[in-house]
Amino acid sequence: MTPASSRRRRIKLCAFFLSALLCVSFLLSLGLGAVAIAPMDVLRALLGAELAGYSGDIITSIRLPRALLAAGVGGVLAVCGAYLQGLFRNPLADPSLIGVTAGASVGASLAIVLGGGALWGSTFGGLSLVSVGAFTGGLVCVWLVYRVATGINGTSVATMLLMGIAVTALAASLTGLMDYFADNEQLRRMSLWRMGGLDGATGTRAGIMLVILALLLCSMGKCARQLNTLLLGESQARHLGVDVERLKTLLIVLVALGVGISVAMAGSIAFVGLVVPHMVRLWAGPDHRALVPLSALGGASLLLLADTLARTALAPTELPVGLVTALVGAPFFIVLLKRQRGWVQ
Amino acid sequence: MSLLSVRNLQVTIADKTLLHDFSVELNAGQVTAIIGPNGAGKTTLLKAICHDLPADGTVDFAGQPLAEWSSAARAKKMAVLSQHNTLSFAFTGAEVVSLARGPHSTGARIDSQICIEAMAAMDVLHLSNRLYPTLSGGEQQRLQLARVLAQIWRAEDAGERLLLLDEPVTSLDIGHQHQLMRAVRDFAASGVAVLMTVHDITLAAAYCDDLLVLHNGECVATGKPEQVITESLLADVFATEVTVIAHPKTGKPIVVGQ
Repeated sequence: MTPASSRRRRIKLCAFFLSALLCVSFLLSLGLGAVAIAPMDVLRALLGAELAGYSGDIITSIRLPRALLAAGVGGVLAVCGAYLQGLFRNPLADPSLIGVTAGASVGASLAIVLGGGALWGSTFGGLSLVSVGAFTGGLVCVWLVYRVATGINGTSVATMLLMGIAVTALAASLTGLMDYFADNEQLRRMSLWRMGGLDGATGTRAGIMLVILALLLCSMGKCARQLNTLLLGESQARHLGVDVERLKTLLIVLVALGVGISVAMAGSIAFVGLVVPHMVRLWAGPDHRALVPLSALGGASLLLLADTLARTALAPTELPVGLVTALVGAPFFIVLLKRQRGWVQ
Repeated sequence: MSLLSVRNLQVTIADKTLLHDFSVELNAGQVTAIIGPNGAGKTTLLKAICHDLPADGTVDFAGQPLAEWSSAARAKKMAVLSQHNTLSFAFTGAEVVSLARGPHSTGARIDSQICIEAMAAMDVLHLSNRLYPTLSGGEQQRLQLARVLAQIWRAEDAGERLLLLDEPVTSLDIGHQHQLMRAVRDFAASGVAVLMTVHDITLAAAYCDDLLVLHNGECVATGKPEQVITESLLADVFATEVTVIAHPKTGKPIVVGQ
């Protein structure tokens, strides 16, 4: 068998498995909860049929927006992770590396501390003040990291990494300061936000998230092949005709947008952006033309499953989904690292 | 008109002149090697020519200043092998080589045929299925060479082409060193100007049309290997006493220790 056909077979297998996983986890997240609904009834409700009792309403107005939001956020985080790992040419890069998550955290805390209780419920185009704060904070941090790392010789990826660490440290101390001065109620809300949660799901929010995911997937046609070339090295990619500076700028903007909005919608959710592309790469290889869409499928499935677990494990209490992903993701990642050591970085 | 014309090239970084007033003309079909001690400016010269480093002076490629070429058009006519190629992602050998066809739109069938031919020329066909990070240094080097060859493989895609190689033979065994030099010679004959840095003077003298000797950023000698390689020049440039003898069959200079 030729190598190309063996890789292609693995990609097909991976695509088939992840699509099936996404369907199953989508149905599970619609069916499971305080009221369990049978899969056949879920399908009938989705097709618009009337169900006995409140089952139909529970699915279409409560669980469906939440499931769509979870799928959207998971997909966006995984795609952003894949892009960043390609950009940094490091399979262990994570969206939080360039300071988005830390910046968003500062923005959200600031909104909670300054906004007070009165503004908690007020919305702005489907986004609460906290979401707007998070998005703005994330964007400001990325802009800062990018500005410092970009000089006359282009963007230095190494400087960007160090700058990301510096900005994250700065943001952490700002968040800590606000924790210190906040009252009990604010403190609780800030820490809950930081753990991440999808309980604010509405149709509008889910819609925004899915549009962002579609945007990221459309951009793939343009950058996947160039990103493959960039893995060889920046000057190598330049000699292969890739406009490296434009590619880097485009990717940074896409990732800041994707991660910023998903953090604004669902708080900080760990490990999806790091682990999902990494796992897909182990299975289907590093070619971004397959890696990006497969990561989207995997990320969506993972967050749907994690959210379903978070809702049902200790029902009626709801766990923050960010805790669940880290709880499942971290041990898994440790196993991966151990297996890989000494083989491929 | 020569394919590559470099005039008065000068590289100054942090007040230190790394390359001083360098000029050279390269023609298609010609293989030129740059020799010189460590830190003489060989890599700086290659980087300045291909615009990886800012430099003063003019570099004309196919009659037009190199800076005016669009990166896509340039990539079809000019390939560069850097000294350091790190790739930690698990591409297969065939995938690495196929990245070279990115600048072209010749279609998948022709592209894969070209990749196979280039890999055969570098004796790496058997590595198609292996994962790049698991290969030895020499195998990785030969795969990268197959990649740059595949990038400018066909004359019908781009006419006369330019190949810049920075220490291509450094980590290869003697068998593959000679195979590489022969492959580069054959490749040059198809209408390619080759400029490479080499440390093994005997190897360079055996296969290259012209040698350029760099010392402290200046070109101190240039010409046919027989004329350039003399005991006094080598003693001067490399600060080592060596003996130069003529090859019994070809008459090319061979450098041995005292």
